[in-house]
Amino acid sequence: MKCRAWLALAFVIALGSARMVYGIDATSIDDPVLEARYLSLTHELRCMQCQNESIADSPVGLASDLRREVRSMLLAGKSDEEVRNYMVSRYGELILFRPRFSVRNAWLWCAPPLFLLIGLGVAVRVVRQRAALVATDPDIPDDDGRG
Amino acid sequence: MNRFALPLAFFVLLVVVLAISIRHSPDKGTIVSPLVGRAAPGFSLPSLTDAQHVVSSKDLKGRWYLLNVWGTWCVECRAEHAMLVEVGHSGAVPIIGLDWKDEDDHALEWLAQLGNPYQAIAVDHDGRTAIDWGVYGAPETFLVNPRGIVVYKLVGPLTHESWTQEFLPRLAQRASAGL
Amino acid sequence: MLPELGHFALILALLLAALQAFFGIAGAHLRRDRWLAAVAPAVAGQFVMVATAIACLVTAFVSHDFSVRYVAENSNSALPLFYRVTALWGAHEGSLLLWIFLLASWTLAVAVGAARLPPRFGGRVLGVLGVVSFGFLLFTLATSNPFSRLIPAAPDGRDLNPILQDPALAIHPPILYTGYVGFAVAFAFACAAMLEGRLDQAWARWTRPWTTSAWAFLTVGIALGSWWAYYELGWGGFWFWDPVENASFMPWLVGTALVHSLAVTDKRGLFKSWTLLLAILAFSLSLLGTFLVRSGVLVSVHSFAADPTRGIFILVFLIIMIGGSLTLYAWRAPLLRSSAGFELSARESFLLFNNILLVIAAAIVFGGTMAPLIADALGLPTLSVGLPYFNPTFLLPILPLLALLPVGLHANWKKGRLEQKQRGILVTLAVALVLALAVAFGIFARGAILTLVGLTLGPWIILSSLLDPIDRWRRKLSVSRAVLGMTIAHIGIGLFVIGITVVQSFTQEHDVALGRGDTANVGGYEFRFEGVSGMEGPNYDGVRGSVVVTRHAAPVATLYPEKRRYWVQGTVTTEAAIKMNRGTNVLIALGDDLGAGRWSVRIQVRPLISLVWLAALIMAIGGAAAVSDRRYQPATRSATEAVPAGAAAKEGAG
Repeated sequence: MKCRAWLALAFVIALGSARMVYGIDATSIDDPVLEARYLSLTHELRCMQCQNESIADSPVGLASDLRREVRSMLLAGKSDEEVRNYMVSRYGELILFRPRFSVRNAWLWCAPPLFLLIGLGVAVRVVRQRAALVATDPDIPDDDGRG
Repeated sequence: MNRFALPLAFFVLLVVVLAISIRHSPDKGTIVSPLVGRAAPGFSLPSLTDAQHVVSSKDLKGRWYLLNVWGTWCVECRAEHAMLVEVGHSGAVPIIGLDWKDEDDHALEWLAQLGNPYQAIAVDHDGRTAIDWGVYGAPETFLVNPRGIVVYKLVGPLTHESWTQEFLPRLAQRASAGL
Repeated sequence: MLPELGHFALILALLLAALQAFFGIAGAHLRRDRWLAAVAPAVAGQFVMVATAIACLVTAFVSHDFSVRYVAENSNSALPLFYRVTALWGAHEGSLLLWIFLLASWTLAVAVGAARLPPRFGGRVLGVLGVVSFGFLLFTLATSNPFSRLIPAAPDGRDLNPILQDPALAIHPPILYTGYVGFAVAFAFACAAMLEGRLDQAWARWTRPWTTSAWAFLTVGIALGSWWAYYELGWGGFWFWDPVENASFMPWLVGTALVHSLAVTDKRGLFKSWTLLLAILAFSLSLLGTFLVRSGVLVSVHSFAADPTRGIFILVFLIIMIGGSLTLYAWRAPLLRSSAGFELSARESFLLFNNILLVIAAAIVFGGTMAPLIADALGLPTLSVGLPYFNPTFLLPILPLLALLPVGLHANWKKGRLEQKQRGILVTLAVALVLALAVAFGIFARGAILTLVGLTLGPWIILSSLLDPIDRWRRKLSVSRAVLGMTIAHIGIGLFVIGITVVQSFTQEHDVALGRGDTANVGGYEFRFEGVSGMEGPNYDGVRGSVVVTRHAAPVATLYPEKRRYWVQGTVTTEAAIKMNRGTNVLIALGDDLGAGRWSVRIQVRPLISLVWLAALIMAIGGAAAVSDRRYQPATRSATEAVPAGAAAKEGAG
């Protein structure tokens, strides 16, 4: 997203290098497995300047520097987790788009299954209630000619 | 409780969250640095003013210092420069400059024009040191204590207000701590 | 002069909104006929005043009146006429005015339709709408006046943000807002019912067309935003789970549940409190979205300039509107009981699951969007979530929903009688599964589990939707518009699922360095880079690249990606070049000048992405078809209205 104009309004932080205006690097990694990991990691890491973009998509210089770091770490044989730790120790958890599961953000990851369970409970209760009323319900609904 | 009052109860909670957010919102965009309270990252970079010389964090051990991240391309850095010069003259604490992703000749010209508050200037062309310090947008200023611990980080230009309210009090603690 | 006129018009509109609210609600409560009669004129008057204000602001833009601050901030002497007009909604103050205008328009439409409603009920509906208008007008006049003057006048404007200088901008916000704001009508109907203490099937029938229309507009509005993001922002993303995107998606999810819940209330008098709550929720989410975007509490590329004062104002407004309606709900909903029954396999059951799953989906999006605020309030370290969180968690309720859809379509009311439809359901599933395997392995030679699931669900939904209409057609029965609309909308969903699945599974993307004459091979296409040339536009200059695209050596197109620098703001934008070729989108974007004539270029081949937006359009068409059904037209309603109107006349005269 071209957050440049918005940043000028909202932040007092100046922009990075004005040369790179796109998240497009010419260098690519030859090993397809590594490249896949590279793509996945760079999409997972937030650009700290344009905070709603990943470093894969952000045009600013910081993103390009971070991509370079990721690339060199992967080529040096580091694991995905080591790359993430490297980033988090410098920029905090915020750099990860998908927050790592921890006691602190457990609620974020547990909420969806919990919602489903609650929903299931409500559904069961209502259906039981209503099924019991079928016998006493005189209404004969019109099915619009459905066969 | 009437279960139909649940949505209302939930809404009340939401309002509390939103109200707190509004109160905090001037701080939005400022991310708390994980470096605060931890050891300052080491660095060893060429000096801007003297090509033979190396500016290294090892030389800075045992003293308070400010690390100011800047660049000539950075509009807000120009805005804060006068304040930096003032701080430099006051002698309260040495300022080490980190010239980030910049052209050396532009940087020298700029300092000649606007004044040089820095005791030393390290040149970071590839940005790796800046990444180590968790820099994400210039200008940023770090306050490091003699034990090498990052005590405070300011994101954005240094203003008179932030200098007197955030930096000076922390520096004053050294007197009482005997540092 | 004109800006002051516009300002004055807004003040008058504020007064008229106040009168509308007062006469509508108090007039109904106290049974004052004359007060109720004053409501429609107040609505008309408010509409005229707001329209006048809009006209004044447009004139200020078109005539380059840089003494108006808003114009100076969002326009420029070099800005083409078309964008001078659309700049009206390019920033906070103007978009708020657009909101108000659309609300006034919906209110006017409801006032016209209210002639067929019982007068006291109609008065309440318009009264509630008046309260909403009043709140927004007050907010505008107090904190966000679009007519405030700049003294001395600016010599020239700061120009409209270049990203917004695009034809899609002309239609995306108005259509999106029309949907967003349209849920206020359902909200007003719900409040009126609660004020009256009565909610019956007639109420549901009145509310349905308004709700479905708003839903259709919102569907198109969201799709337009996504489409615009795709070709304007240019790297093939079309949905980012950005907080402001989510702010429009949550009302859509709840709105979809509402549309279905209304059907149950209409048909069987069931789910009354559900429907009420959904109506309140849908509009509440619209209001919440407005808050999030304009108060500065959330960082987003969409958000307008942060301003805590505005945040506080909107928060107070939220408390009054949402808190008020939820209090009404807590008070009145317990009275809405029904003794109707239905079996597990009945249509009502499936629609219940539909409600629950959609609300869960909305809750998940809500939780993720609000996560940074919640973490902040709880004193936890800052947290923020994006695509890697939303994509998997959103699927959790949605996949079961999509699987239940093709089955539930055949359930009958009250007693499902699904056994009769078993064959049809299973046959369509089998066909869909075979198709999925054929496409995944035949055409693309690969597929993850999720790919197969999506490719099966999509066609299954489509085939299942067609079973009933085809059956009716064979039995020489007419297919009502309502059923037709429903079928089309569901086919839209099926197409959407297919589109998303294919795009997510089979997109190919590469960034390459190309010199003049170099060729890259991506996704079965060849791309020959022909270099760049300088170019200039009305308010920008830049470079234009030329890329020849061929497929198996047969020419497909020549594409011209651009990089533009807009003079006034100095912003550089990238205009990706996109070509649709037999359902596949090829996207090329220029990256960086690597020197010596070499450029880094991003190439994407995205199969079937256009289907995603087309499907949304089809869904909206389905909605429109359903709304046009005869049962919502005046002729069939007069019979039911005669008695209540007569009774109201008797009461009013007393």
